[in-house]
Amino acid sequence: MSDLHGHISPARRAWLRFLKNRPAVISAWFLIALLAVVVLWPFVLKMSGARFAQTHAPDQLSDAQFAPPGAQHWFGTDVHGRDLFSRVLFGAQISLLVGVVGALLSLVIGVLWGAIAGYAGGRIDAILMRIVDVLYSLPTIIFVIVLLATLGEVIKESSLVKNSPSLESGLRVALLVAALGAVSWLTMARIVRGQVLSLRSRAFVEASRALGAKPHWVIARHIIPNIFGVVITYLALSLPAIILYESFLSFLGLGVEPPMASWGTLMAEGVSQINPIRIYWWLILFPGGILVATLLALNFLGDGLRDAWDIKNRD
Amino acid sequence: MYFVRRLIFAIPLLLVVSALSFFLMHLAPGGPFDSERAPASPQIEHNIRAKYHADEPVWKQYLEYLRGLAHGDFGVSYKYLDHSVSDIIEQGLPISATLGILAFGFAMGLGLPLGFFTAARRGRWEDYAGSFLAILAVCIPGFVVAPILILVFSIKWQLLPVGLWETPWHMVLPPIALGLFFAGKVARLMREGMLNAVQSEFVTAARAKGLSENKLLLKHAVRIAILPVVSFAGPMLADLLTGSFVIENIFQIPGIGVFLVNSSQNLDYPLLVGLSLLYAILLIGMNLVVDFAYTLLDPRVKYE
Amino acid sequence: MVTEAGRQRPGAGSHRPAAGGQGTVQARFAQVARIFFGCLLSIASLFISGCMRQEAPADITILNGAEPQSLDPALLTGQADMRVAIGMFEGLTRLDPTNAQAIPGLAESWDISPDGTVYTFHLRTNLVWSTGEPIRADDVVYSWIRTLEPATAAEYAGQLYYLTNAEAFNTGRIKDPSQVGVHALDPFTVRVELNHPTPFFLDICDMPMSYVVPRATIEKYGDHWLMAKPLPSSGPFELVYWRLNDKVRFKKNPLYWDAANTKSEIIDILPVGSANVAINLYEHGEADIVWDKDLIPAEILDVLLQRPDFHTFNYLGTYFVRFNVTRKPFDDPRVRQALAMAIDKKRIVERISKGGEEVATHLVPDGTADYTSPDGWGYDPVLARKLLAEAGYPGGKGFPPFTYLYNASAGGSSKIHEKVAIELQQMWHDQLGINMELHQVEWTAYLDALTSLNYDVARSSWVGDYDDANTFLGCFVTGDGNNRTGWSNPQYDSLVHQANAEVNVKKRGQLFQQAETILVRDQLPVIPLYFYEGINYFDTNKVQGIYENILDDHPLQSIAKVK
Repeated sequence: MSDLHGHISPARRAWLRFLKNRPAVISAWFLIALLAVVVLWPFVLKMSGARFAQTHAPDQLSDAQFAPPGAQHWFGTDVHGRDLFSRVLFGAQISLLVGVVGALLSLVIGVLWGAIAGYAGGRIDAILMRIVDVLYSLPTIIFVIVLLATLGEVIKESSLVKNSPSLESGLRVALLVAALGAVSWLTMARIVRGQVLSLRSRAFVEASRALGAKPHWVIARHIIPNIFGVVITYLALSLPAIILYESFLSFLGLGVEPPMASWGTLMAEGVSQINPIRIYWWLILFPGGILVATLLALNFLGDGLRDAWDIKNRD
Repeated sequence: MYFVRRLIFAIPLLLVVSALSFFLMHLAPGGPFDSERAPASPQIEHNIRAKYHADEPVWKQYLEYLRGLAHGDFGVSYKYLDHSVSDIIEQGLPISATLGILAFGFAMGLGLPLGFFTAARRGRWEDYAGSFLAILAVCIPGFVVAPILILVFSIKWQLLPVGLWETPWHMVLPPIALGLFFAGKVARLMREGMLNAVQSEFVTAARAKGLSENKLLLKHAVRIAILPVVSFAGPMLADLLTGSFVIENIFQIPGIGVFLVNSSQNLDYPLLVGLSLLYAILLIGMNLVVDFAYTLLDPRVKYE
Repeated sequence: MVTEAGRQRPGAGSHRPAAGGQGTVQARFAQVARIFFGCLLSIASLFISGCMRQEAPADITILNGAEPQSLDPALLTGQADMRVAIGMFEGLTRLDPTNAQAIPGLAESWDISPDGTVYTFHLRTNLVWSTGEPIRADDVVYSWIRTLEPATAAEYAGQLYYLTNAEAFNTGRIKDPSQVGVHALDPFTVRVELNHPTPFFLDICDMPMSYVVPRATIEKYGDHWLMAKPLPSSGPFELVYWRLNDKVRFKKNPLYWDAANTKSEIIDILPVGSANVAINLYEHGEADIVWDKDLIPAEILDVLLQRPDFHTFNYLGTYFVRFNVTRKPFDDPRVRQALAMAIDKKRIVERISKGGEEVATHLVPDGTADYTSPDGWGYDPVLARKLLAEAGYPGGKGFPPFTYLYNASAGGSSKIHEKVAIELQQMWHDQLGINMELHQVEWTAYLDALTSLNYDVARSSWVGDYDDANTFLGCFVTGDGNNRTGWSNPQYDSLVHQANAEVNVKKRGQLFQQAETILVRDQLPVIPLYFYEGINYFDTNKVQGIYENILDDHPLQSIAKVK
């Protein structure tokens, strides 16, 4: 019995613990389902008949301005008579893309930075961490806003965009991702460094080293699994933060630009028409509901992962 | 001694902030003095540019700006021609700060007890309900919360004003809309901290001494649990004090948050650089306060 | 340096307190808590007491669109700015609130020489600043010269170029201000000499850059003279305070020459950027008047227009599309005509702007004084396709991809430019088979691109400065700074110049008509889409003294609550 138990790897133990966490598992299924719909919807549009595709294309204008949800437009239509269901799903592509790539970017920078500092120690560690300290005390919101406002315009005036205008939206999204990733890697760097530092001197690591374990075994058995847990957890937790940040920037008019849409721009369109006289509720409920549900699911997932890996909160 | 050094270290930091925002702004095409109606003669535009030294090289303008700064002069706004940057900050900061402090109070007042309560009831339905609310608060963007609050409390029930910043009644909804996110964050941190604290040796020792569970939580665990909240509270307060574009915009509050976005879009260099400096000063100050609080709260932390 | 423990703090470090630290920790905790909450309380109470306002409620609260960029009459350019400044300062003439025509202001009367180039204004003899000092002819001359002074850097100085030598003085070719055609003959007489007859010159005299401003205060306080206390005003109200993004508060100026007809004691003017905030405040009774057309939520206009407190009226403004005619294929008039005819303008006014706007086929709005526009092209997709084919792009084949430039409307306003852009994109694609990219930029970048002709097609609009066809047609003369299309037509230029030298009103109108025919039928460097509709809302049972006029300007003096 003890033999068996000893052979369960930390990853497997975490996985078993994760499966017991009901909210996290439900969230994971929700996210998988959402992702499937988002990915498959464009193919559905392509395969289905021309008329169906015509009424559901996200950029197709129609006479059905502000149609409430119904059999033809499941989520209703907007001011131009465009199908909201399609727009929410195509918006999801952008929001999730920005979230995932932004989180991955911050992850790569953060892990490299933190790991180097943690392993090298001494002077290098001091310098690297001091840089992080400095960046921490810079007003990041201001820089993101200025960066997007100015570099966004620079991109538009660049000869690259002048020659092929269709590149513009892609570059815009890339800039958005870069800006978001660039400001959210700091926490990751600190966490990874702390983890590496403490792992190096952790009792069980030193013990196994003393017992004659080879370094690669130590790294594979102890350090990587431990860091892996932190990294996965952090990824799940920083995703919703970045998606939220993107929606905030889009609300300010600094995020993605039309005709592209993200959940943020759809939400901004929805809440900008709240008034005492008449409200097109579907413009708020559907984009907002899906945005909030996704963020909730990501948070539950992150919490579940963290509990499973038994990582202390270092927010 | 450590804190004095931190303060001295802040000066080059502020220089970096001002230079970064100044030069970044100048990358953008166009200038603050472009106008919808073309002047009747190119000379008019020249007159305007000459008045604000807009024709000189950027580095020279920056040095000029620094020189003014050394004399405590933040310059004149390019967008609000009758107002200096100091005037604008002087008018808006107290209002943004009041809003921020109220929101801070709301976030702490709601978040700390909720975190404590959910931790104390860990695993029961109260914990699930409370934790769900805390996560929900973290997931709903402020620009959604604010219009919905207005819709319900001002338009439907006619209880509170829809906007402006004049009487105490005007100061109810905006801090809630601004603070809700942070309340959720604080509740989560607090719950986490409590759970960690309960497991710590220190509390185990106290429990062994036979203290009742409630007393244990209240008197001992809270002190440790609050540490992560304290380190989060510093940057959060700096965030809140400088105002929020979204909340100020939706409630028509004359704070400084609105200028942050406007000045970057209008290329109002002096105003934007002034605001980033203000924000950086607050952030550095708050981080110092947090570190200071740590030395008092946690005897293990010492700064040489 | 920081100790290990200190540096680890935010990142790692399991929180295991040292043994035996209990008593001190507790004491320290209490201490921190006391200090912290003490600070918080004192700061909070300080701020809150500072922000509580002990002030009288205003008689009238007006929501006024964007925050004024300046209230200095020489420097201000926006309509929102002007609508505030009009409360504090006055020119030789002032606006009649009912129809926006020039009526006697600081000048009681005037004589015009038979050739229309010399105006002699007679000032009222009872004029004083709100601070009690007299206003004399010298003050008028000072104010006008100040606008023209290069160092003032007044953007609207060009509006005074009708005066002899004004342009030379403003551009620095003449240094002596006494050579400019404005002189004080005696304390109550101002003589003005013009380059050529200018039928709308009396309208120029009621525009902000010709307001009379207080010399002593300006010389004492320099650039920030508007913040001086007290601020002498020549108009019906005095400035109590002006807080950015908060409000401008006016109180009645009892020394104003026509103070007997000032209807309100205190007026608050609030800058509001978003239509939703405006309608919320109005519906909630916190504002009496909303008079900026950008403060109307387009989504519910159909409901609002049915209500008695919503008022629409003709307004001197046109929304149009510019071509950069220096770029292919827009150098070909047939292409421009084809694009114009493929636009279903009716759909745009019915579905997007929704304010009951008139579709525009010509540039000068209907209702402009002494003028009738020629008709331009209507919606005709068949002819459009034919023209495009003639130009070498049958069915849109071979038409190079191009971009449509528009500016982001700031804040939460109804994004009309974006919506129009999306509609145009679709219409041109469906009717002509051509593809266009949308290109949204910030305001400053947008203006920069227009001025440097760095665009293909762009949105635009023009709002008349005064009630005359020249304020629209003058823009497209070769080399005019507002042309911004690269378009140049000698015949058009000479027609506009002839019209402006013409004293006979009827002949002048005919010349302008010929010019506009070239502009909107033959050449089409711009496509007019629709004419702006003036919209404001206030309850006529509660507020009176606001009239619908073509300039959408509303002097504050006549506005009052119904008692």
